[in-house]
Amino acid sequence: MSHVTALRCRECGNEYEIEPTNACELCFGPLEVSYDYDAIAKNISREKIRQGPATMWRYHDFLPVDPETAVDLGTGFTPLLKADNLGRRLGLDKLYIKNDAANPTNSFKDRPVTVTVSKALEFEFDVLACPSTGNLMGSVAAHGAKAGMKTVVFYPADLERGKIIQAAAYGPTLVAVDGTYDQINRLCSELADNNRWAFVNINMRAFYAEGSKTLGHEVAEQLGWKAPDHCIVPGASGELHTKIWKGLEEMAQVGLIDTPTTRMHLAQAEGCAPIVNAFEQGLNRVEPVRPDTIARSLAIGNPAAGHYALQVLAKTGGTADAVPEESIVEGVRLLAETEGIFTEPAGGVVISGLRRLAERGVIGPDEVTVAFITGNGLKTQEVMEHAVDPVLSGPDYESFETAFAGREL
Amino acid sequence: MSVMVRIPMPLRRLTNGQDKVSVEGDTLNAVVMSLEEQFPGIRARLCDDQGQLRSFVNVYVNGEDVRFLDGLDTATSEGDEISVIPAVAGG
Repeated sequence: MSHVTALRCRECGNEYEIEPTNACELCFGPLEVSYDYDAIAKNISREKIRQGPATMWRYHDFLPVDPETAVDLGTGFTPLLKADNLGRRLGLDKLYIKNDAANPTNSFKDRPVTVTVSKALEFEFDVLACPSTGNLMGSVAAHGAKAGMKTVVFYPADLERGKIIQAAAYGPTLVAVDGTYDQINRLCSELADNNRWAFVNINMRAFYAEGSKTLGHEVAEQLGWKAPDHCIVPGASGELHTKIWKGLEEMAQVGLIDTPTTRMHLAQAEGCAPIVNAFEQGLNRVEPVRPDTIARSLAIGNPAAGHYALQVLAKTGGTADAVPEESIVEGVRLLAETEGIFTEPAGGVVISGLRRLAERGVIGPDEVTVAFITGNGLKTQEVMEHAVDPVLSGPDYESFETAFAGREL
Repeated sequence: MSVMVRIPMPLRRLTNGQDKVSVEGDTLNAVVMSLEEQFPGIRARLCDDQGQLRSFVNVYVNGEDVRFLDGLDTATSEGDEISVIPAVAGG
């Protein structure tokens, strides 16, 4: 916390006090937390991080919150698994899965939310709120419960049931909106201006976004204090992609790792690929689309950080790819069948995108590659219903033998 | 022809704190000009040097993003609601 200097506009550089605000008054550009990296460098070491908790709070020096006041459910330091089976299928010898579905509410959203809720308490908010594509609202409701705050979550009424039920369990006010995520985002932006509610991804967004950097920090530490050669990241608002990169860059800036040469790839679903469209057309501005994809957690047609994801793609030599809708569930199954990890469609987009990169030869067999799995398949069971084809047996031996005849394992 | 414009927080200093203002104009462009007459300086916040809407400003006419309509040339009519929203939310 002591290393935070200001909020700074990512466009014009104008600086603001540390307060719950997300847009520059001069140019509307997004505000970002600025740090005194020299001070961080003097205070941090690999050894100090190793002695920290087995959560993302081991990297608190890079976060805008005091760890003592953190509202923590035990988020982060999720498994980085060597994926030898999947790697063999794809011809990649050094493939890793960062399984961030292993967080307390089963998605990477716990990272930005734990930071935001801690900050919201510091600003003395009583109410926590968000527009959500599904994973975020579960995380906000859970952290709100832990923090003793009231929570209000807004989501598209036709969202997957598992995400709604999970969020409901924590006791928030649910607002089911007859509209798309982008429409809900607009509604919530207007509400944020007129209510003293901490909308985690609107007025609190500058702090919120910082939490995702810890995915970059962790991966580098787990690889033995080295940045990978390739990252494959799902693209929704584009912020996760930019913040994993920021995490790697700032670790190098304070001397924890060498300057990263990671290529930051981004995967979207064909039914909602505004960032990929801009990348393919060589634009630096993202035109909105109307989402129509089964990867609901990536269904953002008007991505807030699309412009910055394009910058990271250009700077790191990354690629952006839109995977066909029909390959998304194939990706989910491929990961489940080879590595024992059941992800949501967003993870299917990543695995399908990874396979396409491997097939195109973008990733060399010896290059260290990390695919980011950010959500759990149990929340989106609808898409896997077709895989349920059981042997129907009675409880006696003969009944089983009859039913099982001709089936192969 | 009068339309209602919702003013976001970052611009309310220019509108003396008003969160809704009523202005004239039969296109979005005319609405912006009319806002500028009432609240000098507001146009430069919304539009860049080329007169185009800034990258980080989203404008909606009756809930529809004007990038799906005709941008600044989008027609507006009596009673329309226009929202100006910083494009830095969500995800």
